[in-house]
Amino acid sequence: MTTTHAPASPATHSRRLTTSKAMVEAIAFEMERDPSVFYLGEDVGSYGGIFGSTGGLLDRFGPDRVIDTPISESAFIGLGIGAAVEGMRPVVELMFADFMGVCLDQIYNHMAKIHFESGGNVRVPMVLTTAAGGGYSDGAQHSQCLWGTFAHLPGMKVVVPSGPADAKGLMTAAIRDDNPVVYMFHKGVMGLPWMAKNPRATDEVPADDYEIPIGSASVVREGTDVSVVTISLSVHHALDVAEELAGEIDVEVLDLRSLVPLDREAILSSVAKTRRLVVVDEDYRSFGMSGEVVATITDHDPGLLSRPVERVAVPDVPIPYAHDLEYAVLPRQDRIEAAVRRVVAG
Amino acid sequence: MTTRAARPSIPQPSGGAAGDALDPAVRRGLYETMVLSRTYEEAILREYHADKGPGFDIGKGLIPGEMHLSAGQEPVAAGICAHLTTDDAVTATHRPHHFAVAHGVDLRRMTAEIFGREGGLGRGRGGHMHLFDPATHFSCSGIIAEGYPPALGQAFAFHRQGTDRIAVAVTGEGAANQGAFHESLNLAARWRLPVVFVVEDNDWGISVARTASTAVDSNADRAVAYGIPGERIEGNEVEAVHDAARRAVARARAGEGPSLIEVHTLRLWGHFEGDAQGYRFDLEEAPSHDPLPRYEARLREAGVLDDTAVEQIRSAASERVEDAIAFAMSSPVPDPASATSYVFA
Ligand SMILES: Cc1ncc(C[n+]2csc(CCOP(=O)(O)OP(=O)(O)O)c2C)c(N)n1
Repeated sequence: MTTTHAPASPATHSRRLTTSKAMVEAIAFEMERDPSVFYLGEDVGSYGGIFGSTGGLLDRFGPDRVIDTPISESAFIGLGIGAAVEGMRPVVELMFADFMGVCLDQIYNHMAKIHFESGGNVRVPMVLTTAAGGGYSDGAQHSQCLWGTFAHLPGMKVVVPSGPADAKGLMTAAIRDDNPVVYMFHKGVMGLPWMAKNPRATDEVPADDYEIPIGSASVVREGTDVSVVTISLSVHHALDVAEELAGEIDVEVLDLRSLVPLDREAILSSVAKTRRLVVVDEDYRSFGMSGEVVATITDHDPGLLSRPVERVAVPDVPIPYAHDLEYAVLPRQDRIEAAVRRVVAG
Repeated sequence: MTTRAARPSIPQPSGGAAGDALDPAVRRGLYETMVLSRTYEEAILREYHADKGPGFDIGKGLIPGEMHLSAGQEPVAAGICAHLTTDDAVTATHRPHHFAVAHGVDLRRMTAEIFGREGGLGRGRGGHMHLFDPATHFSCSGIIAEGYPPALGQAFAFHRQGTDRIAVAVTGEGAANQGAFHESLNLAARWRLPVVFVVEDNDWGISVARTASTAVDSNADRAVAYGIPGERIEGNEVEAVHDAARRAVARARAGEGPSLIEVHTLRLWGHFEGDAQGYRFDLEEAPSHDPLPRYEARLREAGVLDDTAVEQIRSAASERVEDAIAFAMSSPVPDPASATSYVFA
């Protein structure tokens, strides 16, 4: 189920928004439409979310629906689960993905398993939002992506948008989904005023109500020489590299948009065309997304590949604080370009 | 310039009963610690903002990343650490500098760490929220309340090793709503571990007021629920902290188990640097509650300090601080080729 564009009709009115504003727009629309939707988390009220995930929502919907919690993640994430079970549609924010450890039991043993354990009789229609990623020296406890960890644990969908239009359509889909959805936004794609400006973090966003189906990858750039399969901020970096190499190497960039479900068909059809694969992942290299993408190919037909795969990921080391060390382990443009050149050279 | 002093020169308390006027040397020492801590943070603030522009890019500059400063909370660290030696352990929070300074963590190596340099406590790998100093048994954590449990283990080890060393564990009042806080109080109480739990109630957990997040007025009540002494100190006053800490530390050293001290203190600046604090309703009056000029005035009145002494203390502090900054800046940036080192021993 591969789409090449956000499904906006040509007549649609659109404006340029940051990813965070686009995300908030979807939440606000759903809160407007469905009184059972509410937003819960730390500093989501008057602060508007540390990463701008709830800007303006308190003013519009009041403190009964946009709720600041104590620093008690197990309790308030568990509360979201209970409320979801009883028919509400909570969106619950875990401020940083790195904090999952303090509340992981609620996430993977409860939020993610209740539907299964009930033999499909109980649904948990809840969204867990969380900020991921590094690149600004916030150190090893505040810079991880960890989407591979969430994706490894069965029972929850894992969505990771890379830009504004997708962020809106995927958020709408996440809130309407009857499953628990972990919605992970990379700080570097949000278009925050206090971070290095990423030009792609602000883009056209359709003003109307639309969903992007969870589990559909997007070919964000067509190419014939090599497929770069990636997600989130790395999509932006891969596009930078593709543009840089244009005329020399024709790079296709595939944005997976969600890890669970994973659009395996999109991976296969891209690699069937280019026969060369670079996987870029800002999460740890081992036992994660990059291995899963490669396995998708080899399980199906290793013969699709004309060259060994290149994986550009964090080399199984906690994210270092010092700028130069951090940049050495993150999959940034330099490492992506080198991998593309290597895989094409053979 | 001096190379380093192991820890601020805080004389040991005279051991007078609660309410007794403290020995002038002790009072001066408390003031010195507070001044050193404030001077340190003013310098960090200066360096942090020096090159974040144009605009404010959190990832740029000599000190990148989040920066949580503790100005206003110095009385807590000074009062508690006055009773410790560097053989005792301190686990601090994401806002760790005042405790690190008061506990005698080497200023040069701490600063180099904050600057992300090879000469830092963690060779630039940890950063300002992750300072680990085996020489003073100091550590801190960026995850809320998660410094409490390791303190139990340090106390356990000290006790098993047959010493009277103790562990001090610090959280904010916001963190006291976290599971790790409650689990730690219970376990330490049950096993009579030599721990002093410290809660810094600066009224705010980022933008959320204590009154909006916490079901009790005082975390001292929560100590009582676990069968250990709990004391809340209302004024942000170093000598009151010192006095309470004297009792709690003595109790822990004597093998009588843990206690909790909550200090109603003050977050003078933002939660982190760059925080506009639009949510804050006490912002206008906050500077007038600064504990440092207040304590200075009190000591001047008591004849413990005069202009000369204050001037000496301030210039000694800035000399040490500027020396630490200079050391940090001259320490090399870590070699990117070593980025994957230290994952395993
Ligand atoms: C488990 C966890 N949840 C949330 C955070 C984000 N966070 C960092 S500091 C903070 C507020 C802490 O308030 P408090 O404990 O009162 O300490 P203060 O910042 O006031 O010193 C929060 C919510 C975190 N670091 N860890």
